[in-house]
Amino acid sequence: MAEKYDVIVIGGGSIGLPAALNLAKQKLKVLVLEREGGPGQENNKKAIGGIRATHSDYGKITVCLRSIEIMKNWQEEMGDDIGWMSNGYSYPAYNAKDAKTLQDLMQIQLSYGLNIKWVSPEEYNELVPGITMEGLVGSTFSPEDGSCSPLLMGSAYYFHALRAGVEFRFSQKVTDLRIEHGKIVSVVTDKDSYSAATVINAAGNFARDIGLMADLDLPVYPDNHEAGISEPVARFFGPMVVDMRRAPGSANFYFYQNHEGQVVFCITPDPPILGIDNRSTSEFLPLCAKRMLEIYPRLRNLKVRRTWRGQYPMTPDGFPIVGKSSTVSNLINAVGMCGQGFMLGPGMGELLTRMTLGTTTESDQRVLQSFDPNRSFSGQEAFK
Amino acid sequence: MKEYRLKQHPILDVPVYDYINFYWNGSLIPARKHEMISSALIANGINVFGHHHKDGTAQGIFCANGQCAKCTVIANGVAVKSCMTQVTENMIVTSADGLPELPLVENPVEFEPIEEIATDVLIIGGGPSGLAAAMQLGSFGIQTLMIDDKHELGGKLVLQTHKFFGSEEDSRAGTRGHEIGKILAAEVQKLDSVTVWLNSTAIFVFSDKKVGILKDGVYKLVSPKRILNAAGAREKFLRFAGNNLARIYGAGAFQTLVNRDLVKPTQRLFIIGGGNVGLIGAYHAIQAGIEVVGLAEAMPSCGGYKVHADKLKRLGVPIYTSHSILSANGDETVESITIVKLDSKFKPIPGTEKSFDCDTILIAVGLDSLSEFTLEATAAGIPVYSAGDALEIAEASSAMFNGKIVGLQIAKDSGAVTDDIPQEWYDKAAVLKSHPGAIKGYQNNPAEEGVFPIIHCLQEIPCNPCTTVCPTNSIHTEDGSLMAVPLYSGSCIGCGKCVLICPGLAITLVDYRKDKDLPTVTMPYEINNIPVKVGDLLSLVDIDGRELVTAPVTAYVENKNSHTALVRVAVPKAVAKQVVSFIVQPEAVSRALEHTVLLEKYADDAMICLCERVSVGEVRKLIKGGITDLNQLKAITRAGMGPCGAKTCEVLIKGLLREEGIPTEKVVPNTKRPVFIEVSLDKFPGGKRS
Repeated sequence: MAEKYDVIVIGGGSIGLPAALNLAKQKLKVLVLEREGGPGQENNKKAIGGIRATHSDYGKITVCLRSIEIMKNWQEEMGDDIGWMSNGYSYPAYNAKDAKTLQDLMQIQLSYGLNIKWVSPEEYNELVPGITMEGLVGSTFSPEDGSCSPLLMGSAYYFHALRAGVEFRFSQKVTDLRIEHGKIVSVVTDKDSYSAATVINAAGNFARDIGLMADLDLPVYPDNHEAGISEPVARFFGPMVVDMRRAPGSANFYFYQNHEGQVVFCITPDPPILGIDNRSTSEFLPLCAKRMLEIYPRLRNLKVRRTWRGQYPMTPDGFPIVGKSSTVSNLINAVGMCGQGFMLGPGMGELLTRMTLGTTTESDQRVLQSFDPNRSFSGQEAFK
Repeated sequence: MKEYRLKQHPILDVPVYDYINFYWNGSLIPARKHEMISSALIANGINVFGHHHKDGTAQGIFCANGQCAKCTVIANGVAVKSCMTQVTENMIVTSADGLPELPLVENPVEFEPIEEIATDVLIIGGGPSGLAAAMQLGSFGIQTLMIDDKHELGGKLVLQTHKFFGSEEDSRAGTRGHEIGKILAAEVQKLDSVTVWLNSTAIFVFSDKKVGILKDGVYKLVSPKRILNAAGAREKFLRFAGNNLARIYGAGAFQTLVNRDLVKPTQRLFIIGGGNVGLIGAYHAIQAGIEVVGLAEAMPSCGGYKVHADKLKRLGVPIYTSHSILSANGDETVESITIVKLDSKFKPIPGTEKSFDCDTILIAVGLDSLSEFTLEATAAGIPVYSAGDALEIAEASSAMFNGKIVGLQIAKDSGAVTDDIPQEWYDKAAVLKSHPGAIKGYQNNPAEEGVFPIIHCLQEIPCNPCTTVCPTNSIHTEDGSLMAVPLYSGSCIGCGKCVLICPGLAITLVDYRKDKDLPTVTMPYEINNIPVKVGDLLSLVDIDGRELVTAPVTAYVENKNSHTALVRVAVPKAVAKQVVSFIVQPEAVSRALEHTVLLEKYADDAMICLCERVSVGEVRKLIKGGITDLNQLKAITRAGMGPCGAKTCEVLIKGLLREEGIPTEKVVPNTKRPVFIEVSLDKFPGGKRS
């Protein structure tokens, strides 16, 4: 049995890394267990890098507003260039019905403090020069949303966590949680076992497996998404473009130009492709290229450099599951980020730290209502 | 403006060109119709095609193979790889300085439905091994699709102007590579069940068992039952100060420019690497009228065939063994090279640096099998085979033979054949891929009378055309095997066939019949870009290039078909048996600079990732900090995230990890992802989910 820790974080990814750093900054002794060979090597690095507070509920808007603040100020406060850009998000509408849905949602978003406005087709064409104007009704534009490099962000959290005294064990898979008297007494891996006062399940794709070790059935089911990145070109458009429309084979898709000048893009398969399979399919590029060029013909000469596949650890309603376990007193679950772990992570890391220390605020309580593990899961997130 | 093109070539026909004009940075300059923009630029003496967006340093040709993007230019407003884009009349080409602009186009894109094709066998690569396999598969009527990313079949055979090694029976030894390529391609084209797609690049083998292929700029999906990876290899690069200067590239790129496009990309060349690739590259350079200043090899002796190295030394090219490159020096392009002697642990010995003027450096330090398609097919669950360099790095003679074996194996696995593959095929394959063996002495001194060949081929290599060409059957290898050194015994009639066929130019004919004291020596010669005529005084040398005697040419016999001439001299009998050839490159060409160029930079300033401009030092620091996951190194530094897709840096980073003492099993390899080469979005037709 290795030495005792204050907190063991299972998963060194989008949620685990920020949680570890923030806990360590509170002088807690933290161990991160990660099944991959390095930090952020599962779905964290597969995020496309967009960070928006443009959600439909208090919880995600609040956590992401805090994430944006952290990332925006990261270079100044922490010293690392993470490629942050306040390039904004946009949801163009190509029919009156979509326009109305988006505008109705804007009222909720505005009420939660989000900076978002409606722009005319002409104004939108200035933000995204050359966008298809035919049928364009207008677009939302939330200028304070942004983007940064998941790779640099993940590395920055990792190195700061190391410096703050966090210990990492890579290539170790958690195989069991030993529970006595309603408490986890040790976390067993394929190589060793460890104990801590608190255990955080931030296992992403594998959250349900970890839950089952504590007799919890966490409804987290990964589905597969594919993404791609282009060559870098001189900056030619501003915000993330999210097209919410459905088309045969796909639901929404989105793309933006990152800090390197590369266009990053992703599409949501419809119906979803459940499971974990990181191998690339022949369907993604033709499907996504067609939809991108239909809305933005200017992209036609842009060369695709790389594509990859990752998972959204989905919950039935599209909202995360964050809260103390009902069965095991020292287990906190922070799972089911539904493909938004990267943007929720920085804010979530701070929230998890307050939950561990028992210092949550009133706002935190309201946030946690959105993410309540014991909710009915009957609702549907508007931007799922 | 001076034209940097080959006006004549001793082996290759130089066609009469049609010329067009195009604009380069505002000036109208000539180009050969249909040639690649890169070759047109080089032919006009332009070697800097742009400047890197990260550090503003010069960019130019690097792979000449569509794999990287260092040759990017802006053609009619669009950023393109100049080595893969044909120049057109009045095309407006500008240098790519910084990030390219994406042109504003508003006309909608038309989407054709995607074409999907099924085939029994997909062969990726139409080089020696793919062609040999296709011939087997075609002979059994197995439906085969062979794709190649070039506009003609033959792979690297197309670039091989030298005569091949091996045996006449199994690998057409004695015939020139580019001719073998044509012969094999013609045979494959005759096969009914084999379809050939040229200009076709495999993009990825996807998990749904479909292979994405870009054919003539149109994306198609092919569903094969079996895949043969015959895609060859890629050249390794080196870490050294100044390795990001323009005009440093591999021998493959060099041969493409010189032997395919007939341009003269350099006047003065230095070569790093004494394997067959580097040695042959040097020979090809001299045949293209390029001065070869020197060749450095890190090992105490060249790894390539001795006959190749000997040939160079005799031409007057110095070979610096136990030497490596310390730096490439220059502002934007190479202006000089500094080499250094290495100790027994391959560490540079201070004070032994030498600098030479040169405008181009070839890096020929070995090849790596191209394994992507094998890994992808395995992951997708498609039975996959490999042949040629994709299987194992060896000579093309070996590639042809193992292609034949794997072709039969696939036919067998497909149920088309039941016979076993003959054991002697495997035995022959093992010999053909052999590295050079022991070096023997000259055979016993024959009596100085009559006429007979002197065989200056002293190293065991898999090669024997001299034994099969002799009409009196007077040449045999020591033990009759392909590998052993050839020996003469019998009754030479002086026909000279052995002299003409020897790929190593390592046989001379000594004839005492007319004058016992002043016998004639007949030597092969194939550098007639440096003409030799009767009466010329030649500086005759022995096997190692040591000068023996000066003598006039008494006869010069051209052989239009073989492109090998016979040069005859009469020399005193004391040296007749030692004379092998004569010096063609003056000693002054390879003289070191009086003042050695020593940079203040050191090796850690060298680039490890040329695409993203990541230095050796950056990566070394992380390795020393305990990071041995290539994916994490990539995430932090961007090494491997550029257009070439880690094709160049992966090997260099693995080398650095070794140098830092990290055992291979601790290194987490790079994850390989689509796409194999960058493809513009409009190349993907409208796809549907199945």
